[in-house]
Amino acid sequence: MFKGKKVIVFGERDGVPGPAIAACMKAAGAEVVLTVTECFV
Amino acid sequence: MDTEKQAIIKKLVDDVGTEDLVVVIGAADPEVAQVTAETVTFGDPSFAGPLAGVSLRLPVYHILEPEVKEAVPQDMYQEQAGFMELVANTQEIGKIFKEIRDRIRET
Amino acid sequence: MYDPVIKACSHVLIHVPGFVRYGSKPSREIEDSPTSLLPTIEAHLRTFEQAVEYPPNQVFIGNLHPDHLNSIEQPWYRHPVANASRCGPYGEIMPEEEFLGLMKLADDFDLMWLDKEAMPMLKEALQSHSLWKNTDLGKLDTAVENTRIRDRIQNDGSIPLYHRGCIVGCMHRHHEKDDALKAAVLMENLMAKTSGALALAHLLQNADIRADEVDLILNCSEEAVGDRYNRGGGGLAKAIGEMCRCVFATGCDIKAFCVGPIYALVQAVGLVKSGLFKRIVVVGGGSLAKLGMKFRGHLAKDMPILEDVLGGLAFLVVVNDGESPLIRLDSFGKHDIGSGSSQQSIMESLVVKPLHRMGKKITDVDRYAVELQNPEVTVSAGSGNVPLTNYRMIGALAVLGGEIQSGEIDRFVLEHGMPGFSPTQGHIPAAVPFLGHAIDAIKRGEIKNAMFVARGSLFLGRMTQLSDGLSFLIEKNPGKKSGGD
Repeated sequence: MFKGKKVIVFGERDGVPGPAIAACMKAAGAEVVLTVTECFV
Repeated sequence: MDTEKQAIIKKLVDDVGTEDLVVVIGAADPEVAQVTAETVTFGDPSFAGPLAGVSLRLPVYHILEPEVKEAVPQDMYQEQAGFMELVANTQEIGKIFKEIRDRIRET
Repeated sequence: MYDPVIKACSHVLIHVPGFVRYGSKPSREIEDSPTSLLPTIEAHLRTFEQAVEYPPNQVFIGNLHPDHLNSIEQPWYRHPVANASRCGPYGEIMPEEEFLGLMKLADDFDLMWLDKEAMPMLKEALQSHSLWKNTDLGKLDTAVENTRIRDRIQNDGSIPLYHRGCIVGCMHRHHEKDDALKAAVLMENLMAKTSGALALAHLLQNADIRADEVDLILNCSEEAVGDRYNRGGGGLAKAIGEMCRCVFATGCDIKAFCVGPIYALVQAVGLVKSGLFKRIVVVGGGSLAKLGMKFRGHLAKDMPILEDVLGGLAFLVVVNDGESPLIRLDSFGKHDIGSGSSQQSIMESLVVKPLHRMGKKITDVDRYAVELQNPEVTVSAGSGNVPLTNYRMIGALAVLGGEIQSGEIDRFVLEHGMPGFSPTQGHIPAAVPFLGHAIDAIKRGEIKNAMFVARGSLFLGRMTQLSDGLSFLIEKNPGKKSGGD
């Protein structure tokens, strides 16, 4: 599903953080082009 | 989503194009995740940022959706994200994201 | 021998509707559309009475217990507390007119001019305050003519100060080309100093100690005091201490985003334990930048702009007095650099590891204080309920540890957590606004312990993708006989 795709990651500090999603996406064969972690407070 | 992040995405899309581009979101609150998802698909709902009126129609997923989970090696998923399945309302998140992707296809 | 305790707390709020326009978010958006937006913002500001009656604010200063919010229907701003007092056991809610005078008292460089016509009202307001009535208010007599203020605003980039819609003064820059000393930055720093000093003044009163008994001050505010060669250089701890006449104290600033207060407490605890210092104050002033941060969401829902208060906190760490709750030295949980970004490993580092070290289970802790942002502020702006998510994470850890079933997470949250009640002032909601309540409840025997867990967003500074966190536990003091080493 993500193999060969370019992925923009929008993580959340109090949810799943950006680098954690990025690690999953890389393992799924995607190229991560942007990793952002949001903090809403 | 703040205007700076909208600007970064817009620039990225201008640079690499929308083909093969996918967005994956990790906010625990379904409503918060929805706002981010809709911003990168249908444009800034507050009409304030660079994505106001910009419908990028990027395929958007939440890391806690079952089909995303299936696409990631299980040990990696458990280590990085699995815990949040206990915390977040994954059913609600799944419903919202499926609906957004359906809307992209329909429009 | 030197087991440390948190002997006293102060939690203060300052209602500053006239400064909401200078919060980072409102000021940027007003710049984009000045004529249409500013009147809308002003129409959604609260009166001082409304801010005092607001249930979460009453919890913050200690007049209501956090649990009380569970029984008040939301939105809380529509359900004011009857006969609410501006004063509470941990501090007060100060009105803007008193704070403006206090800012001038804090101003050692004539950065701020007050209007001659407004000055008598501002001075009178401060003179009637129990903590400042015996202070020399001579600085307020240096007020200037309105025409001079308007001239500086028009020609020198000074920032007008508003109270009830009128210009009552202005803030100047202090260097022509130094961005670190421009008026907006100096205003932010002066407000952090002033609100920190208010928190410290209340702390000294609450702890019933003299200012000259304090020997170290650690400031954990979120400002960046300094000049062009030294942005964020520091010095606010001593500035606050000087204003409160802590003449035998030294001090420095501790920076760690929202985890700042807990890092400062850790260091205070270590320094008291070592015997290097005896009475350490941890103090944090408020954040101008975060005023009105979620105002867009509030306007969209036609609700009052709730981020109209600055927060201030202060804590006194001393050697075991035989009665104040003990800070367990083996209770500190830390988010190591190598902990990784997985939420589970972060929360295990902050909660499970320290509890295991102490031989405790998650359910052995009576109350957890996490980031305590008022959900009414954030949910209405599409930013979620931060405390609730964090409590659910701790509940999920209890599920993984086999202590509760997954269907019991909601009950765990209700029993071991609490609704958020703190303004979104960065470091201010960082678990520690519950300290006053926790200390009193432990002393009264209502709970035996409480754990404080704060998180920080280091990635906001663009130097690392890391986030941060720190935690500790306080528990009932067994009394002097068994309290020693």
